[in-house]
Amino acid sequence: MFFGPARDATGTRATLVEGRTVGDVVAATVERYGEELARLLPTCRVWLNGDPTTPETPVGQKDEVALLPPVSGG
Amino acid sequence: MGQDDWIELTSGEIPFAAIAAWVVRPGCGAVDIFCGTAREQSDDRPRVERLEYEAYEPFVVPKMTEIALEARRRWPQVGRLALVHRVGPVLIGEASVLIAASTPHRSESFDVVHWCIDTLKATVPIWKREIWGGGADWGLHAQELSQVADAPGPDR
Repeated sequence: MFFGPARDATGTRATLVEGRTVGDVVAATVERYGEELARLLPTCRVWLNGDPTTPETPVGQKDEVALLPPVSGG
Repeated sequence: MGQDDWIELTSGEIPFAAIAAWVVRPGCGAVDIFCGTAREQSDDRPRVERLEYEAYEPFVVPKMTEIALEARRRWPQVGRLALVHRVGPVLIGEASVLIAASTPHRSESFDVVHWCIDTLKATVPIWKREIWGGGADWGLHAQELSQVADAPGPDR
């Protein structure tokens, strides 16, 4: 899932990516969408099914990984 | 969410009058209400026409509920507490966010509302897009997302 500037960088809100871990999924996503997303990545938080996660965490077919750029609610 | 918390993400106007009436409690002598409203200029972006809020919707109410729980842990004297945020387009002058709290005395009502809005801005997955007379872009002064438990403030 992509939001805010990360949605602009990918041109989509959601996509299917394969990988064994959160880190695999993020790396494959950056490879697919390129430079603009790679630049945003250091400022993004990564959530797995709504919770903060780590690159080593394993993922399955129904898991949802989200890239969350700096937030600006309020 | 308890009956004394009003936590909502809405695509309609925030029901200010209804919340202002609801938040009052017999044991509370103070009500503080904060509204963030859409402003017509943003740094070097003149003539902002409207804002559009995007949200990771399934997780907005859970995050705001976490804020309410943590606020009640830090300020156990809170009577009622409301956290309401808009999603979608918001016109200039309309409220995009409202925080309201009732407490026995005024000082803690200011404190809890201030803490709630600061924490909401840092922890809830919402993004503001500004549409102005020559362009559109994401809100300035965005903050890297943090967790409610890490929010600074009293009794950390």
